[in-house]
Amino acid sequence: MPLIELNDLKTYFYTEDGVVKAVDGVSFDIDKQQTLGVVGESGCGKSVTALSIMGLVPMPPGRIEGGEILYHRNGESLDLASLDPKGKKMRSIRGNEIAMIFQEPMTSLNPVFTIGNQIMEAITLHQDVGKKEAKTLAIQMLEEVGIPLPAQRVDEYPHQLSGGMRQRAMIAMALSCNPTMLIADEPTTALDVTIQAQILELMGDLQDEFDTSIMFITHDLGVIAEITSYVVVMYLGKIVESGEVHEIYHNPTMPYTQGLMESIPSLDVDKGRLEPIKGVVPDPYDVPDGCPFNNRCPHVMDICKKEDPPLEEVVEGHKSSCWLHIDH
Amino acid sequence: MEPDRLLDVSGMKKYFPVRKGVFRRVVGHVKAVDNVDMFIREGETLGLVGESGCGKTTAGRTILRLIEPTAGQMLFRSEELGNGERKVVDIAQAGKKELKRLRRDMQIIFQDPYSSLNPRMTVASIVGEPLVVHGIGSKSERNDRVKELLRAVGLTENHMKRYPHEFSGGQRQRIGVARALALDPQLIIADEPVSALDVSIQAQVLNRLDDLQDEFGLTYLFIAHDLSVIKHISDRVAVMYLGQIVELSSVDKLFTDPQHPYTEALMSAVPVANPDFETERIVLEGDVPSPVDPPSGCYFHPRCPYSEPDCSEEEPEFREIEDEHYVHCHYAEDLELGGLASMESE
Repeated sequence: MPLIELNDLKTYFYTEDGVVKAVDGVSFDIDKQQTLGVVGESGCGKSVTALSIMGLVPMPPGRIEGGEILYHRNGESLDLASLDPKGKKMRSIRGNEIAMIFQEPMTSLNPVFTIGNQIMEAITLHQDVGKKEAKTLAIQMLEEVGIPLPAQRVDEYPHQLSGGMRQRAMIAMALSCNPTMLIADEPTTALDVTIQAQILELMGDLQDEFDTSIMFITHDLGVIAEITSYVVVMYLGKIVESGEVHEIYHNPTMPYTQGLMESIPSLDVDKGRLEPIKGVVPDPYDVPDGCPFNNRCPHVMDICKKEDPPLEEVVEGHKSSCWLHIDH
Repeated sequence: MEPDRLLDVSGMKKYFPVRKGVFRRVVGHVKAVDNVDMFIREGETLGLVGESGCGKTTAGRTILRLIEPTAGQMLFRSEELGNGERKVVDIAQAGKKELKRLRRDMQIIFQDPYSSLNPRMTVASIVGEPLVVHGIGSKSERNDRVKELLRAVGLTENHMKRYPHEFSGGQRQRIGVARALALDPQLIIADEPVSALDVSIQAQVLNRLDDLQDEFGLTYLFIAHDLSVIKHISDRVAVMYLGQIVELSSVDKLFTDPQHPYTEALMSAVPVANPDFETERIVLEGDVPSPVDPPSGCYFHPRCPYSEPDCSEEEPEFREIEDEHYVHCHYAEDLELGGLASMESE
C-alpha cells in the first residue's frame, strides 16, 4: 500500500481576475521510502500540490475543490484534504509525520530566533520532552546534517550561517521528528552547484538512515535524473506524463516532455542548436480548451483542441496524457 | 595588443573597502576581482563561469567601467567615428568623453528582466533611449531603427507602445537584448541572461543570441553559473573562484581535460539530465571562503582534495601550460584530473 495517494486532487484559487486552476485533477502515489520527483516549469502547480498535502494552501483565495489526499498510517487511512487545516489532527501530522523544506532557506527561517530555538520548537511541539532534552536532540540533528561545531552553531542566528548551512539547518528541523514523508520544494535551487551536490548527497544518506519517503519538487531535469526513481511531469496544473525515471528520460512520449528534454543544453552530449518549445506558457486564467499544451504542440490535431486527453498507460508503468498515443 | 583581439585585460583588480565604526574607517577590502588576465577575440564568445560571489559580475561591470577598477589595464580595439579606422584604447584610463564614446561599442544585458526595464517607459522609449543619449538620428529615423531592432530579436512593431509589465520574462529579456543592440556595439557583456528564465524559454533566448552574433558580428562575454549553458554557447571558457581566474582554455579542452582541481570538482557536481550517466562525484568540503580574508597561498587550497603543504604558502602563477590553456595551480601537470571524457555513459 502506498504511503500517500492523491486522487483527482483539485486546488483552485478564486481571484479577482478569475479562477486559477492551479492543480486540476492530479493523481499519483508515493510509496514508502520512495523518492518521487515532480518536475515542471514555473506556474505548473507543483508547489501548490505540495502545499495541498501539507494543508498549507492559503484559504481564501485558495480552496481544495475536489479529490482526496489519502494518507495511510498504521492501518488507518486519513483524507488530508477533508481535515481542518487548523485542526488538532492536521497539526499533529504536519511537521511531525509529514515535513517540508522550502526553496529559500533565508526566508523560511525566522531571523529573530536562533536556529536551535527553531528546531527545539518543532521537537517540543510534537514530542513529550523537556527543554534541555530538546536542545540535546537539536544538537544531535545538526550534527547529523553535517554542520560543524553543532554545540556552538545551535545558538547562532540564521544570518550567521551560509546558504548551504541554512539549508542543512532546515533539513535538520524537518527531520527532527523523524517524519515518514518529506516534501522538498526546490531545496537546492538557490544554492551553488558544489553546495547543491553536498545537499543532494546528504538527503540521500538521510533517506537511507531514516527510511523517509521524499517528494522532490524541482524544475531541474538534471537533479531529477540524479536522485529520483519515479517522476511526474506537470504542465498547467495537470500531470502530462509519469513513469520510471529511466523510461521517461529515454522514451518520453508526451510532446511537452520531449520539448523540455530537447530545450536544455547538456553536458554529456553536444546538441548543436537547441530546439525550444515554441510560444509561452498560457495565462493561468485562460487555459486553452482541450489539451492544455495544444497551442504549443508541434503535433497538434483537431481532437487536441476539443478534448482533454486522459492520463493513460502507454507502456507498463509509463503513463502519458496525449492523443497521439490514445485511440480516439 | 595582438590584431585579432578585441579586448585584452591584464592585472584587473577591484577591491571594495569594508568600513566600520563611527568614523567609517576602512578596516579591510573585499577582493572581488583579484588580478584577472584574459582576452577576447573578435567574434568569439568567452564564457565566464563561477559560483555566486566569485566576482564574475563585478569583472563584467568593471570592464564596462560601470564600476571603477582598482588597478589594471583593459585594452579595447575601438571603432573610430566616421572613417571606420580602429584604435586601441585603455578603458581603465578613458576620460569622460572617451568613455561615452566607448559605451557605443560595449553594451550589457542584465540578469533580471524584471528589474532592468523601467516600468514607466514604453518598449519604444526603452529600446530607443541609447540612440537619444548618443544623439543618433532624427525622431523618425530612431523610430525605424527601433522597429528594426524589435524584429531582429523576434518581437513586432505592435509591441512598441506597450509597457514592460505586459510581457513575459522571455519577451522582456528580448527587449533588453534589443536595447543592448541599439548602438550597434562590438562587445556585449551578457550577465546571466537566461538564469531567471524557465528552461523552454531559456532555449529560445540562447538560440536568438546565437543568431544575432552571426548577423551583427558580435563578440560576447557570457557570464553564467550554469556549466551546461556555458558549454553550449562558448568558444573559450574562464573559470573563476574567489576573484581569480583559475583556468582558461577552449571549451572542448576545458570540459574533456580540465587541469585545475576546482574545474574538475565543479563539473562533477553538475547533475546531468540522464539517469544512466554515472559520475565519480567530487563533493567539495565546506563553503567558499570570504573574499575579505582569502586563504594564504592558493585560494583554493583549504577545499582542494589534492592540496600539498606548499599550496598554503605560495600563491601559484597564472601560467600557460599548453597552447592557450592557462591554469592557476602549482601542480597542474602532475595531477590526473577527470573531465567529461572520463564520465562514461552506460
